[in-house]
Amino acid sequence: MRYALLINESPTGYADLDEAGRAAVTADYLQLMADPQVLDGDRLEPGETATTVRLTDGQVMLTDGPFADTKEILGGFILVEAPDLDAALALARRIPALRHGGVVEVRPVRERPAARR
Amino acid sequence: MRFEDVFRAEWGRVLAALVGFCGDVDVAEEAAQEAFAAAAQRWERDGPPEHARAWLVAVGRNRAVDRLRRERRLAERARLAAAAAVAGPSGGPAATVPDERLELVFMCCHPALAPEARVALTLRALGGLSTAEIARAFLVPEETMKRRLTRARTKVRAAAIPFAVPGPDTLPERLAAVLAVVYLIFNQGYGDGRVDLAAEAVRLGRTLRALLPDEPEVGALLALMLLHDSRRAARVRDGELVLLADQDRTRWNAAQLAEGRALLDDAVTLGATGPYAVQAAIAALQTEDPIDWPSVAALYARLGRLTGSPVVELNRAVAVAEVYGPAAGLAIVDALDLDGYRYLHSTRAELLRRLGDAAAPAPRTTGRWTSPRPTPNAATCTAAAPGCPEPNRATRAHQSSDSRGQGRRPPAQPRESLKKCTRVAGKVCASCGQALAAPSVSRTAAAMPAMPSALGCTGAAGAVGTRPSIHLRPAAGRRRARWSGCRCPRTRRPPRPPGRRASR
Repeated sequence: MRYALLINESPTGYADLDEAGRAAVTADYLQLMADPQVLDGDRLEPGETATTVRLTDGQVMLTDGPFADTKEILGGFILVEAPDLDAALALARRIPALRHGGVVEVRPVRERPAARR
Repeated sequence: MRFEDVFRAEWGRVLAALVGFCGDVDVAEEAAQEAFAAAAQRWERDGPPEHARAWLVAVGRNRAVDRLRRERRLAERARLAAAAAVAGPSGGPAATVPDERLELVFMCCHPALAPEARVALTLRALGGLSTAEIARAFLVPEETMKRRLTRARTKVRAAAIPFAVPGPDTLPERLAAVLAVVYLIFNQGYGDGRVDLAAEAVRLGRTLRALLPDEPEVGALLALMLLHDSRRAARVRDGELVLLADQDRTRWNAAQLAEGRALLDDAVTLGATGPYAVQAAIAALQTEDPIDWPSVAALYARLGRLTGSPVVELNRAVAVAEVYGPAAGLAIVDALDLDGYRYLHSTRAELLRRLGDAAAPAPRTTGRWTSPRPTPNAATCTAAAPGCPEPNRATRAHQSSDSRGQGRRPPAQPRESLKKCTRVAGKVCASCGQALAAPSVSRTAAAMPAMPSALGCTGAAGAVGTRPSIHLRPAAGRRRARWSGCRCPRTRRPPRPPGRRASR
């Protein structure tokens, strides 16, 4: 089944790295993305570029910035195909953001009814 | 055999077999319930069948297939059809049902579940307790417990928490999580008369030990629970807690005590050096008369290093006070940052009281936590001093306790189980808690010149009863060697793919 690994990054964690540190993180991500269990994944632009959309009394309300007011901000995701949660957790553990103050949320992806047949 | 006994004995195994069959804990549990209900009716009429377990599993499988058909879960049906094809067309009850309780335990105690959910799931799935019973035991409304269980089952299914024994690289941490759940159940049941959770935890401990006989910490946990539980009847008198020293020893459960000691010896022989083994060794020592306080102090020092708990350090202070006098105990207590913990204050008060007794030539009083107090003798302290990083501290403590001028007590006779307790203790100074070079800290150990060191020993034939050799290597290395070389064939079985895999 599919799991979404939601990577919540600490904003300072990556910025504080030097050139070599960044290169190492990039190499680790590339290696992880090359795993046959990884289906897809992308990095998001920083939280300052986000726009949040709400409906208030039928009116569209826009706010600048991300929805969640937390220290860690969703910085990317990886979609994996794994036989069970333990296999998905093993992939999640390899995400470099964890070493730099990040947090990864592992969420099962609901199968679409059509996909069952 | 009464039906209730069959239920208690077979529920876990039948449920495990059904979860393994249909890959869904919810469906499996309902099917198991229906199978047991059918059995109750039929057995009353015809008497129990020859292979009760196989009969229950066969009926449960049919009920599970029926339910999945009703719900038109096509994917599961496809998987079941495949399973049926492997099993053969007859569908008749086989005489043997594979034991899949270990897979069930690891699923119920998965760290991805909330701790209270792990406890509830384990009691329901392995212990066969009803939702109402679990709710009563944890003093929550039944509706709350029902929601908790439902939520946990939903997560098991939706997140595909595996029904499998973890591989060797994650087995140590996952087994620790399982043992923590069992010990949590045991402690919750402690002294509570409604639902006997302590007995339930002991039962779970026995099951685990039967399934993982080579895992030392599993036996150590069972030993710890039995040693504590053996004193249950003596612990409360007229609704008041009775301190260890004042307990009526004739009310201790001698059989449990003996079994606990034997299990501890086995666990130590297998190489148990973790927190459960150390706590069990302390519990075993505290049932001796007189109590070997230097060894107790050394064990608390070791437990403190394993857990980093200031409460353990407070317990060590009590033991140190017994060996080196109240001043040495007070020094430890006063260094603790535990101001909100009431036992810190009662312990401190008791030590101060004793210090007053020791300073004044008052008649000898009996201590609150032991009666009579064993008095350290010169031999104990000289045994502790060489190699102790803080010899002055031990000497000071020794002098202050000796100044009371109390009589010497003959050293306790070393016994086999005590030797092993001491081996768990390792070589540490009872006063400062730091590791010692030879000779050993305790009287017991000092009386055994041939005793191998707890660290670095690779075997000493004959030292531990009937076992040919013991394996006490440095913790990290030992652990890896044990796990990778585990003789249990189940731990090598590759994880079973969960039910929904067939849906792709």
